[in-house]
Amino acid sequence: MLQIKDLHASIEGKEILKGVNLTVNPGEVHAIMGPNGSGKSTLSNVLTGHPAYTVTGGEVTFGGKDLLALSPEDRAHEGLFLSFQYPVEIPGVSMVNFMRAAINEKRKYFGQDPLSASDFLKLMREKRAIVELDNKLASRAVNEGFSGGEKKRNEIFQMAMLEPKLSILDETDSGLDIDALRIVASGVNTLKSEDNATIVITHYQRLLDYIKPDFVHVLYKGRIVMSAGPELALELEEKGYDWIKAQIDNE
Amino acid sequence: MKEEQNKKDAEKHIINQAASEEYKYGFVTDIETNVIPKGLNEDVVRQISALKNEPEWLLDMRLKAYAHWLTLKQPTWGHIDMPEIDFQDISYYAAPRKQAAEGNGEIDPELKRTFDKLGIPLEEQMRLSGMAVDAVMDSVSVHTTYREKLAELGVIFCSISEAVKDYPDLIKKYLGKVVPYTDNFYAALNTAVFSDGSFVYIPKGVRCPMELSTYFRINAAQTGQFERTLIVADDDSYVSYLEGCTAPMRDENQLHAAIVEIIVEDRAEVKYSTVQNWYPGDKDGKGGIYNLVTKRGLCRGDHSKLSWTQVETGSAITWKYPSCILKGDHSVGEFYSVALTRNYQQADTGTKMIHLGRNSSSTIVSKGISAGHSQNSYRGLVKIAPQATGCRNYTQCDSLLLSDTSGAHTFPVIEVDNDSSVVEHEATTSKINEDQIFYCNQRGISTEDAVGLIVNGYAKEVMAKLPMEFAVEAQKLLSVSLEGSIG
Repeated sequence: MLQIKDLHASIEGKEILKGVNLTVNPGEVHAIMGPNGSGKSTLSNVLTGHPAYTVTGGEVTFGGKDLLALSPEDRAHEGLFLSFQYPVEIPGVSMVNFMRAAINEKRKYFGQDPLSASDFLKLMREKRAIVELDNKLASRAVNEGFSGGEKKRNEIFQMAMLEPKLSILDETDSGLDIDALRIVASGVNTLKSEDNATIVITHYQRLLDYIKPDFVHVLYKGRIVMSAGPELALELEEKGYDWIKAQIDNE
Repeated sequence: MKEEQNKKDAEKHIINQAASEEYKYGFVTDIETNVIPKGLNEDVVRQISALKNEPEWLLDMRLKAYAHWLTLKQPTWGHIDMPEIDFQDISYYAAPRKQAAEGNGEIDPELKRTFDKLGIPLEEQMRLSGMAVDAVMDSVSVHTTYREKLAELGVIFCSISEAVKDYPDLIKKYLGKVVPYTDNFYAALNTAVFSDGSFVYIPKGVRCPMELSTYFRINAAQTGQFERTLIVADDDSYVSYLEGCTAPMRDENQLHAAIVEIIVEDRAEVKYSTVQNWYPGDKDGKGGIYNLVTKRGLCRGDHSKLSWTQVETGSAITWKYPSCILKGDHSVGEFYSVALTRNYQQADTGTKMIHLGRNSSSTIVSKGISAGHSQNSYRGLVKIAPQATGCRNYTQCDSLLLSDTSGAHTFPVIEVDNDSSVVEHEATTSKINEDQIFYCNQRGISTEDAVGLIVNGYAKEVMAKLPMEFAVEAQKLLSVSLEGSIG
């Protein structure tokens, strides 16, 4: 589904990603962990096409297509979704209008007619339930005045609406209390299938107790320096990153 | 690399598209027009009055206004860079010939086609639109719809020229009472040479059953449009009035200097909505309308209410301050405005709320949006007189910048002369943010649509005040006007 080969990327002339390789297949959950500043958020921004980042080398294919040649919106239409670490507020734009624009743009991309108002509202109701997002939030402006937990639930709600092939959850656990974490994680698990995949970016093992990864990768200094099964996350929780840092820095 | 290039190409494409985005209403109607020669002097004033067979008192008023105008200088206090206008290089009267010959009978098919093309139905069969229209082309009103139906309720809706003939007492009683010719330079000019416009009278206790609207169209070249609107809402009446404006694309600047006067009696309510889309000039700032307008309402009656809502996307230069004089006790004034400027457009707009009556209240919500190299200013006055106790004003004044080369300015003045009144003023300036656009992009919404969505969200409070059908139009207008404005 996703093949990243020797990906290099920089921001404001500073190279952050220095040769990332990663393959994600349908049905898999990958966790990417690593110390602060290792390039985790850069990776999600580069994959989704944030304009502040420049790709300086390597290639990425997604569903057989050259991902880097697509505009950010076309990457979204092709099924790439990012749950933002810091979802922005868009005052005055209701969640209903925002989601309707998103859904109908995607339908247009695939040559389908826009969803009728009643079908759309039905879909909203159905998907809202997955993350226990109440109606009041759904009719408010995008993220405006939402608490930290509500914003993250709202991200997963949008993920449910758009039914992506690959979801990247960028530190979705940050700023969540234990109840919100449980709701968000159970939402993600409900949406999981044989046909889609998830990349979970996190600092902590905690989220991985709820969203079980098949693979755990450590990103350090812009490269994936270690990949293993779920047991690696537990080891990191116990020992921290210093032993990996030492190993790499000595190379 | 590739990605960055793609993004730049896409941006360039959007910008090019916007630059070449045709002003939809820029066509010229090929119609025979009676134009009086360029220039302004006492004879021209007399000639206009004679062409309209006006009574002596009106000619008198025009001549006094003209004499007064000669003593005035073009005002320069606005945050506007405007060349001095050569008032001798403008023709002050242009009338479609056929209409002039045939009076109120059949409409010239060419005229009808023009208004059809603009989406203004002049045929009363188009009842679905549920709107009565007075269509003004250049200097004259060409057709007013639904007149008979409205007359059954006693509602008068006709061109001001006809009103002068048919309702001389009402016109004499109200014309120039809210905006006297001594008010300002352009008000004096308008009073001297005004040609046509609409007159509305809503009798006591009548709720006007449909939206009344005037559609202004400048067609002839090198002419100015000087129209005059007078609305009188008698005790316990209600009317919602809409105004729309467009003009052909021309390289020269054209002058539009109108006066709108509104009188609101006891417990009456007037809603006045404007969607102003005069030709704004091209991407280099060439051509476009100078929109220099005096709009003012007098809430004379107790518990009277006047609400101004405007969506301004057009004109090379906009200079207007729809205002309320809140004379009646418990009277209410409102001003809701969205002003979008792009390319080299300049807008200096706002309102004046003059509180004279006790417990009168006013609300001002102004949303400026500046793109390109444009300059967008809010200028406002809230004045509470010593005797006007217990008054309230709330002002919210926001500016949104879409480019680094545009300017947003606010010039609020607040004068409160008693202790029992409360005045609140809030102001914000923000820049459209790359992260908001990327958030939309990531959800599959293109940059162009994202900007439209974000700006419409920003302007929502004002848009919500427009009558439904108009609101949809205004939203589209905002989005279209914005295409490629980001950068």
